[in-house]
Amino acid sequence: MILVFCELKDGQIRKPSAEALSEGRRLADAAGKQLGALFAGASCTGAAEAAKYGADVILTAEGTSLASYSSDAYATVIADAVKAKGATVLLAAATAVGKDMAPRAAARLGAGYASDVTGLSIVDGKLQALRPVYAGKAFATTSFASAVQVATTRPNVFAAAEKASAGTMEALAAPTGDFKSVVREILAKASGKVDLAEANVIVSGGRGMKDGANFKILEELADAIGGVVGASRAAVDAGWGLPHSMQVGQTGKVVSPTLYIACGISGAIQHIAGMSGSKFIVAINKDPEAPIFKLANYGIVGDLFEVVPELTKAAKALGIGSN
Amino acid sequence: MKILVALKQVPDTETKIKVAADGRSLDPADVKWITSPYDEYALEEAIRTKEAKGAEVVALSVGGDSAKDVLKNALALGADSAVLLRGDGQGDAYAVAQIIAGYARDKGFDLILCGNKGLGGDNAAMGPMLAELLGVAQANVIVMLELGEGTFKAERETEGGSEIVAGNLPAVITAQKGLNEPRYASLKGIMAAKKKTIEEVDAVAVTVGTQTIALALPPERPAGRKLEGDAAAQATALLQALKDEAKVF
Repeated sequence: MILVFCELKDGQIRKPSAEALSEGRRLADAAGKQLGALFAGASCTGAAEAAKYGADVILTAEGTSLASYSSDAYATVIADAVKAKGATVLLAAATAVGKDMAPRAAARLGAGYASDVTGLSIVDGKLQALRPVYAGKAFATTSFASAVQVATTRPNVFAAAEKASAGTMEALAAPTGDFKSVVREILAKASGKVDLAEANVIVSGGRGMKDGANFKILEELADAIGGVVGASRAAVDAGWGLPHSMQVGQTGKVVSPTLYIACGISGAIQHIAGMSGSKFIVAINKDPEAPIFKLANYGIVGDLFEVVPELTKAAKALGIGSN
Repeated sequence: MKILVALKQVPDTETKIKVAADGRSLDPADVKWITSPYDEYALEEAIRTKEAKGAEVVALSVGGDSAKDVLKNALALGADSAVLLRGDGQGDAYAVAQIIAGYARDKGFDLILCGNKGLGGDNAAMGPMLAELLGVAQANVIVMLELGEGTFKAERETEGGSEIVAGNLPAVITAQKGLNEPRYASLKGIMAAKKKTIEEVDAVAVTVGTQTIALALPPERPAGRKLEGDAAAQATALLQALKDEAKVF
């Protein structure tokens, strides 16, 4: 069996999990195996939706011990399910939870682990992964030496495709006992916007923004076209009060949105490493020689303080919006 | 309190990546090697803990002679001692986690700190794997850490926000940018570090979980085009192109 750990939010399968499930279905077909979807939490209401993405079996572990995320409780549920079902491949989306839990579960299973993969295939019956290294400056093809193979899939890379399957429901026992570490409190940002790593559209600002307050025009454009705002390391380190969580680049977030609009970003290697996986790149910069233009599908040489508000205006006029 | 800080030597962020003749590893020519930036936050946190509450800080790296640079730097910054686990440093995160677990298991560390990922390999896996192999708590991608009597509280970065993770020591905590602002080594620290020796221990035998069978550069991006006209014309042309050609909207 190929088992995919899925996350629910407000009773619905999170998009990165749906993408992992769809990729799991494709691999299961290639390997001639069943696809299992695994859910854990205080409630798994909504798990049945996994049938839509091709799950033959839907496993749910429900219990109060799983109400708050705990790396060891979740790793226990997942590793036990892998063993009980004799699964050879375990996938999860490379989300905050996925990246925390999957390596722990892999170590428990004595399994190799490939993180944040952008491609998967079955070669001679074994999983093979393609993953960005050096923040996307290179790609490594990774093979597994272990019997069980664990990988997390990068959000926004694999398509979430519907393919209905039986989706037979099966309940698993929730673990009991004291857990070594537990999430006590969620400190959500007020905006409630999607994370950069999962965003479909990113509007990013660099040193050319001149001040943190000027990011307001990027927020307005992002709101108009359904995107979120990021920043280069130069902008984050400039003391403009921008949080590190906004940083795109090799020492920040590595992103692969459909559209990345770089405003006042010159295109240092460290920044390019974090965003060159974007499908479409737009560069707005007053310096026609800025290296970012070499990457851009569309370049605008001009003053971003004129161009960005015009884009917002034109987007509203054209009724454009995404996400 | 006894703190272990695991440090990794990695290529500098400005490195232009070239693939070696074997087709599966990095060509080390012209590469400038540094301590992985996330590991610097881990080391800084250990030194701050030592200054605030008193602690013994042991710096550790897995690799060959060149990894000694990372350890010398850690000693100069305030680590009390340094250990090189001698290995080829080529194993995957699972292999490195086993090597470090093999060393740390019976040493009585209360806290193990490292970066949330090694720059370059970008696995973000060694820390949680080490926690599992040692059977201890973990908290990853940490921007704030509070230590109590045998307990910890840490703020961890998540999608669109953060969460507070609480647990018991010993624990493996992996650092994220924002945890602290690492210091520079003082002249006094550098001089003191010269008198310290780096303990060398052979790495235990391990099994690898994964192998890199090919390394390749990303495909070249197709040539783009510049949009002409005044700001309003450029803006309209861009949105039209994104809508009609790229079909983003």
